[in-house]
Amino acid sequence: MFDYAPAPENPDIARVKQHYQPFINGEFTDGGGEPLKTLNPATGEVLAEVSTVSSSDVDNAVSAAREAFERVWSPMPGTERAKYVFRLARLIQERARELAVLESLDNGKPIKESRDTDIPTAAAHFFYHAGWADKLGYAGLGRDPKPLGVAGQVIPWNFPLLMLAWKIAPALATGNTVVLKPAETTPLTALVFAEICQQAELPPGVVNIVPGGGDVGQTLVSHPGVDKVAFTGSTEVGKQIQRQLAGSRTRLTLELGGKAANIVFDDAAIDQAIEGIVNGIFFNQGHVCCAGSRLLVRESVVDEVLTKLRARVETLRIGDPLDKNTDIGAINSAEQLAKIRELVASGEGEGASRWTSPCPVPERGFFFAPTVFSDVESSMRIAREEIFGPVLSVQTFRTLDEAVTMANTTPYGLSAGVWTEKGSRILWLTSRLRAGVVWANTFNRFDPAAPFGGYKESGFGREGGRSGLAAYLQGDDDD
Amino acid sequence: MPVVLADATRDESSLRRFLRGLPGVDQVGVEQRAAGLATRSVKQDAKRWAIDTAIGMVDLTTLEGADTAGSVRALCAKAVRPDPQRPDTPHVAAVCVYPDLAATAVEALAGTGVAVASVATAFPSGRSSRSVKLADTALAVDSGATEVDMVIDRGAFLEGRYGDVYDEIVAVKALCAAAQNTVHLKVILETGELATYDNVRRASWLALLAGGDVIKTSTGKISPAATLPVAHVMLQAVRDFHEATGEPRGVKVAGGIRTTKDAIRYLVAVKEVAGERWLTPSLFRFGASSLLNDLLLQRRAKQDGHYSSPVYLPE
Amino acid sequence: MTERVGVAKTYKLYVGGKFPRSESGRSYPVTSHDGAFRANAAQASRKDLRDAVVAARGAFGGWSGATAYNRGQVLYRVAEVMEGRRQQFVAEVRDAEGLPSGDAESVVDTAIDRWVWYAGWTDKLAAVLGATNPVAGPYFSFTVPEPTGVVGVLAPQRSSLLGLVSLLAPVVATGCTAVVVSSAARPLPAITLAEVLATSDVPGGVVNLLTGQAAELGPWLASHADVNALDLTGADAEQRVELARAAADTVKRVLRLPEQEPDWTTPPGIARLRAYLEDKTVWHPMGV
Repeated sequence: MFDYAPAPENPDIARVKQHYQPFINGEFTDGGGEPLKTLNPATGEVLAEVSTVSSSDVDNAVSAAREAFERVWSPMPGTERAKYVFRLARLIQERARELAVLESLDNGKPIKESRDTDIPTAAAHFFYHAGWADKLGYAGLGRDPKPLGVAGQVIPWNFPLLMLAWKIAPALATGNTVVLKPAETTPLTALVFAEICQQAELPPGVVNIVPGGGDVGQTLVSHPGVDKVAFTGSTEVGKQIQRQLAGSRTRLTLELGGKAANIVFDDAAIDQAIEGIVNGIFFNQGHVCCAGSRLLVRESVVDEVLTKLRARVETLRIGDPLDKNTDIGAINSAEQLAKIRELVASGEGEGASRWTSPCPVPERGFFFAPTVFSDVESSMRIAREEIFGPVLSVQTFRTLDEAVTMANTTPYGLSAGVWTEKGSRILWLTSRLRAGVVWANTFNRFDPAAPFGGYKESGFGREGGRSGLAAYLQGDDDD
Repeated sequence: MPVVLADATRDESSLRRFLRGLPGVDQVGVEQRAAGLATRSVKQDAKRWAIDTAIGMVDLTTLEGADTAGSVRALCAKAVRPDPQRPDTPHVAAVCVYPDLAATAVEALAGTGVAVASVATAFPSGRSSRSVKLADTALAVDSGATEVDMVIDRGAFLEGRYGDVYDEIVAVKALCAAAQNTVHLKVILETGELATYDNVRRASWLALLAGGDVIKTSTGKISPAATLPVAHVMLQAVRDFHEATGEPRGVKVAGGIRTTKDAIRYLVAVKEVAGERWLTPSLFRFGASSLLNDLLLQRRAKQDGHYSSPVYLPE
Repeated sequence: MTERVGVAKTYKLYVGGKFPRSESGRSYPVTSHDGAFRANAAQASRKDLRDAVVAARGAFGGWSGATAYNRGQVLYRVAEVMEGRRQQFVAEVRDAEGLPSGDAESVVDTAIDRWVWYAGWTDKLAAVLGATNPVAGPYFSFTVPEPTGVVGVLAPQRSSLLGLVSLLAPVVATGCTAVVVSSAARPLPAITLAEVLATSDVPGGVVNLLTGQAAELGPWLASHADVNALDLTGADAEQRVELARAAADTVKRVLRLPEQEPDWTTPPGIARLRAYLEDKTVWHPMGV
């Protein structure tokens, strides 16, 4: 009847090149590392070849960043620095469509998300932080806070350009220079961003992009020329980095994994709660560290919630990331898909009830249909481990205290959700949830003005808002 | 009807308890969802299908003080053959007029398959006595209209006199049921005057419980008229009512829908909120006048491969 | 060969996003700093001022209700469009104020950068000036700054562009809307600025710019009951007192000012932003 015809975005808009190069000291040059091939996860085909850096290239990048820091970027008045960062924001806006298509090709996320969320929010981060560059004395860190120096930044593959923006925008605005390593499987938009730095006439060395694998990240974060390390990724790697930097003067912020509880009460605005649950776990294929992967529902409404949830999930369209009507795109890599499958099998093995949307799934590429587990016990792996995929575990609770205990019984503490029409309950509950971000009657909202980051093993430090600046500044009373 | 719903209408206080006990609607959430769905891209065959389906769902409407028998007859001709040069164009669902012109429309449309809808109950404000409203309805029904578009008493609704609103709908429904033809009752909520989505949900359930066959957004005389988020809330109501009773009821959006793009956005909402089953003229309608021509122009553009001009379409 | 005859520009008022002449039909000659005739500027009347306040009030809901991010984008766009007209502004400022070219350029550049400075403030004010209040009880309490409403501005008489921008940008950055009376003798850069505003995504009515006499219009502005705050920089010392007294009848916020027109090239702080903000404190219980 009313089946939407395919409405694919034209891949040519992405202007994919066959070969991409690292960006060091304002120039694109081949690095000394083994070139990597980045895939289109929707087809499994090679998208482009990317030259990676060797450890001596990392040395060069760090010294270029040091030189730029000392000679140009940190002495530059904030008002002038601000205008460079504003330029970056505008150029991202101008090249938004190209970046969105490229992001979907390289990452597998649906075009509607890269177009409506990733790229505009990335631009907003530069815009917001540009405004801070000449106002740092108002950030609450003393009258004249100073930049730290060279920031070594390592970002994940789930929001490639957006995570870059979260890292680079505050670093530049506060007067630091940057060496950033994009994720091995999603390096392309970072390298287009490097082109944008050239178009903005950003002084050479202020931003350096060094593609590569985990070894490059390792070299970068342990580099003696780096004053500040910012890492977003798995808790496991975060712990390694923290261990490695223990006792050094290098400053560190970590944004790691999560296993967020999304708590639904019987008086919630039910239709919007269903939307929020869907958005919370199926946004970006569930490749979201703050995903609402544990749904806690008050026992009295669990049947209604599950019925409505399944009906809604059945309408989700999984398929070609470039199709404007796709709701769920491709899993980023074969490895990630294998990990999701393994955890889902464990859920079945441990006795949870699996329901998977009957939606058609493409035969080629890496895809996983939206899945909801009910009858989940807190002891099961699917209730404890971060799946990082479109898989939701549903548990029930009877009392508020029980909900709080269930929500907090996890080593993670990145985010949480609360759904109730009762305001005082929201505020009571948010004060008891041990998580860095709590969404009430909404989920997965991000804004440069709102700090984001975790409690406990979800990391430390915040990105966005005033607290985000602190991660890149030496306050008057810091040692 | 299930016990819980039958109980809801037992008396005024039961009705109030039931309506106030409906789940709330979060404004931000429903507006975001509506805006998100509005980005669906409908192309090629899907668009062709949507255009023809939308044409078949139009209640071609004229509700002006200056309407005449002549202008109504012209509208009826257009309803039957919207694009005379393209005979494969479907006819619209109904022509919608004031009750005193219903007989003219009935005569003009006899045997064409296009229904006659008449507004009634002191449309558009609904500010008159119960007897005048019922007489108004009787005029429509006696003239042969097979669809009646009544307005609810918004004053009573906003004052919380749900029982009065309910009784009035029941009384109008009784007149419809007593008619010789099968007469469908559409209940206009005038959502632009109801202030909140919570009220839209309550009014929707109230109208469905009272026997409305279709719940309709607006008279078209008040701004805002139909909006996508309001349509979402009403589509949720008919979906949930169907879930509870097994009875399919319809939704009509009216006012402010002028372009094919708008119409397709509503069809997307119908499909994804209520379900494909509702994509039929008996369960979904557009109350509109200028929308039809835009649908016809887009239809021609799809057939011809270039854009058309309104000069080819009859007024 | 005959020399081409230039097309002279008509300078009009800027009210509600449109460029009307004065309803009074009045105009007055504007000369360059050395006395050469330049244009007949519209001379705004009290009725023009009344219309401007109506326009400003009408625009307040939309402008103050826009997201701070959106307001920041709009203010930054003003800077971008000004930059595109940089040479025109330099010529007009040089002509009006008699500055050497280099100084005029520096004044215009500073005026552009000032929009950028205030553009960056829109989405930071609440973080810097707002607070959550650790009240002793089971309540969640927070305080947010909100714009006060319509602000009347008598622009500086000497600094025709930089002074004007220094007064106007903070008003609109907070989410307030403005009724501005330009420098009387040097109004032309102000009208060119109005043309920039009209083409920079600033909604009509957010800024209303009248050319004319502060001495004539000031009393109507100060006594207007639908104006919430005043910046009286462009009034002379004696008139400032009278106007401040009139403002007391409707408890307007009147900006504290130095006696002399200050050096506008000095980087501003946030005093002018604070002046147009009200603190709103909200309480909500916390419980199960």
